[in-house]
Amino acid sequence: MARAIATSAFQALKGTYKGVVKISVLLVLTYLIAQGLNSFLPAADYRSALGLPNRVAVWAVAELHLMFAAFVLGVPIFALITEIIGVATREKRYDDLAREFTKLLAMAYTLTAVLGCVLLVLFIVLYPKFTGILSKIFKPTWIAYIVLIFGEVIVAYLYWYTWSLLQGVRKKWHLLLGLLVNLWGTALLFVADAWVTFMMSPAGIDDANNLVSLWGVIHNHTWMPINIHRLLANVAFGGAIVAAYAAVRFLNAKTDEERARFDWMGYVGSFIAIAAFIPLPFAGYWLGREIYQFSEQMGVSMMGGSFAWLWILQAMLIGSLFLASNFYLWLGMGRIPGAERYTKFQIGMMIVLTIGFIVWATPRSIIATGTEMSAMGGSHHPFLGLFGVMAAKNTAVNLMILTTFFSFMLYRRGNRIPIVPWAVAGKALQALAIAAAAAVVLGYGVYSYFVPSITRIGFSVYQVSAVLTSMALFVAIDIPLLKGAREIGAIRWGHIPARAQYALFFLAVSFTWLMGLMGYIRSGIRQHWHVYGRVMDESANAYTMAHGQATIIVSCIVVVFFLLVSVVFWLAARGGEPAESPAGEASAAKAAGSAA
Amino acid sequence: MTRYTLYIAVALWLAILAGLKLLVRPPMPASVLMIYMTLSTLGILVFVAANEERFGNFIAPLRAVFEGRAPRLVQVLVLAGIPLLLAWGAWLRTAPSSDAPFEPRVVHPEPPASFALHGRRIETAGLKNPLRVPDAAQLEKNTAEGKVIYYRNCFFCHGDTLRGDGHFSGAFSPIPANFRDVGTISMLQESFVFWRVSTGGLGLPRSATPWNSAMPVWQTMLTEEEIWKAILYIYAGSGSTPRTWEEEPKK
Repeated sequence: MARAIATSAFQALKGTYKGVVKISVLLVLTYLIAQGLNSFLPAADYRSALGLPNRVAVWAVAELHLMFAAFVLGVPIFALITEIIGVATREKRYDDLAREFTKLLAMAYTLTAVLGCVLLVLFIVLYPKFTGILSKIFKPTWIAYIVLIFGEVIVAYLYWYTWSLLQGVRKKWHLLLGLLVNLWGTALLFVADAWVTFMMSPAGIDDANNLVSLWGVIHNHTWMPINIHRLLANVAFGGAIVAAYAAVRFLNAKTDEERARFDWMGYVGSFIAIAAFIPLPFAGYWLGREIYQFSEQMGVSMMGGSFAWLWILQAMLIGSLFLASNFYLWLGMGRIPGAERYTKFQIGMMIVLTIGFIVWATPRSIIATGTEMSAMGGSHHPFLGLFGVMAAKNTAVNLMILTTFFSFMLYRRGNRIPIVPWAVAGKALQALAIAAAAAVVLGYGVYSYFVPSITRIGFSVYQVSAVLTSMALFVAIDIPLLKGAREIGAIRWGHIPARAQYALFFLAVSFTWLMGLMGYIRSGIRQHWHVYGRVMDESANAYTMAHGQATIIVSCIVVVFFLLVSVVFWLAARGGEPAESPAGEASAAKAAGSAA
Repeated sequence: MTRYTLYIAVALWLAILAGLKLLVRPPMPASVLMIYMTLSTLGILVFVAANEERFGNFIAPLRAVFEGRAPRLVQVLVLAGIPLLLAWGAWLRTAPSSDAPFEPRVVHPEPPASFALHGRRIETAGLKNPLRVPDAAQLEKNTAEGKVIYYRNCFFCHGDTLRGDGHFSGAFSPIPANFRDVGTISMLQESFVFWRVSTGGLGLPRSATPWNSAMPVWQTMLTEEEIWKAILYIYAGSGSTPRTWEEEPKK
């Protein structure tokens, strides 16, 4: 037994060592290539690469790097959550699922690192002057970042390679490793966010751009909102990608057992994605508010100015996400015996979702012909104009969130009938909680048309609080309500129409598209500044693109991302576990079992 | 009832279209109608496809047509009707029209970091109305003076009720701003309004084009103080308040 443990431990260390060597070689190569190119090429403030505009080159690589980074930061969060659920429920399938998630990480880590290195080379070669300025200000954070990268690589590889070894009584150590992976990953995210947000809302420097306070530079106006927004978005994004992976595996499954397994995996991935997605609009609203507070000019560019129409595209994508989420849940109810009791609610929920979607997608600046404008008496429509402002949109999105939550709760109790004596009162209280939240959201939504903007902004907090409170209350009642509930029948995993899997794939594509689009808006609102108001972009590319051109670039990046992700899926589907022999795994599992 | 899913869906779609076309006044611009109908179609289709029974009933008549089981007349009507509908749609989009082309407008252009006023630079960030004083009597006096300035200068276009319906308003396209609309001055800080009044249509940034604003450059006719007073009045007179933030921008 001791020998088996020693063998597994040795393999884990060997695998981790290989990972560390890989990342070290990558970093050294990056440094040498960047320095070599920089000294070889003629000195300039800006250069172009292979005839590509420098902005597009950096944009594409940075966005791809960010997407993979989001994936490798998001997946460990819910891998750990799933693993903890497995420990709490003592159901092995959760542990297997967490492991399946983590399996996707190995290749994704490598791709993230390679893309990060290419990005660094591009920055140094194409934007030498700007990179120099930023390097000078952020020098101490580079060192912290490299330390964090190595820390992340070590714990992530250990997390993966010790899965079999740290089972049974040793499971707590594996959970600790999972926690460390997430803490390191979050720290990495926060450091990188400091660079990005400083470019938007610089602080902590003097008039000559010299560093005055490193903490001031890091803790700038938009840093924490972006940290929170990205943290949530990463979980949602990771969940959506894993769900897409499960969907692909489901569609290619040969046996009922496989279909059942991947159906369940897709459900868990989509559940985590939707759960993280629900608070995302609130975090986004906070970020938008901070941007306005830092600079009204930047805020107006973003929401009412040159970038306003991209928000209609955003509304289209997010509204579609809500529809797709509900679509998936409702189709999923088809495989739950007893869930047909709740079909009657779907028509009402769809009406709320569609009207909410319509309100959210109503543009403030309406495109109209001369005749239409004359009929309206200007570009403001007296009736439709009411839907073009944030008061209406906040109300719509809160009601859509509430509806999606309700949909999920119905799904959850599909095959269960509560048997506690207070079941009727409990359900009535739950209905009351939802109705009260909807009334608060609607009431404040209407009232906000009659109050000053500063009061109106405050109302959004009440609306959000009402929704969150009702959701918390609902769940708090639901858990004891369904304890020991009578089961009508077991969920028939695998018995779901193929179109539900396409909905999962749609979720992943929409999330990715949204990331690309919103990333462009966040970066684009700096307009002709590298660092807003401080370091001007003096290159030939310092112009705001036409929306059509920008969205084509974003779409191309999304396509490339999915091509790369397909490679990751393919490798994972082939069972590409990094160098861990089945014999070693079996013996370690055996050793863990006997230790338990 | 569920047997008629397809027909109910089509009837619902037509009812929504008719409602939007006939009930919304003034008529809804085609671009918005397009968005609304696309989303309504999406909502109907997603609802239908989210349940096996509904979906089966929805596609059953279509399958009957495309598999040749439906009556011949129905087959002909559907197979000829779809291309004809598409052709009609294509014609509507491409038919020559004497109407002016679309003018995508930016309702609230971004203010510049600074602008020229009476020969000096005014920084937009942190700019506040110096006449919005805590002393209620003084504020009332300033607002009353603003009212006089408004009626001598702005009233002719923006109107007696500040709804953008003054005597000259009909001559402009777009018409002057309606200050009682929740989407105009109540969404803006006073610094924004001061910039717009001071520099007028000519002072709009390039990113805001095309912009056919007839707003004069008021700084050539009014003093800085007079502009601030007029701004006090348009807020008070329209029953709105300027946008403010609790905190100062950290710059």
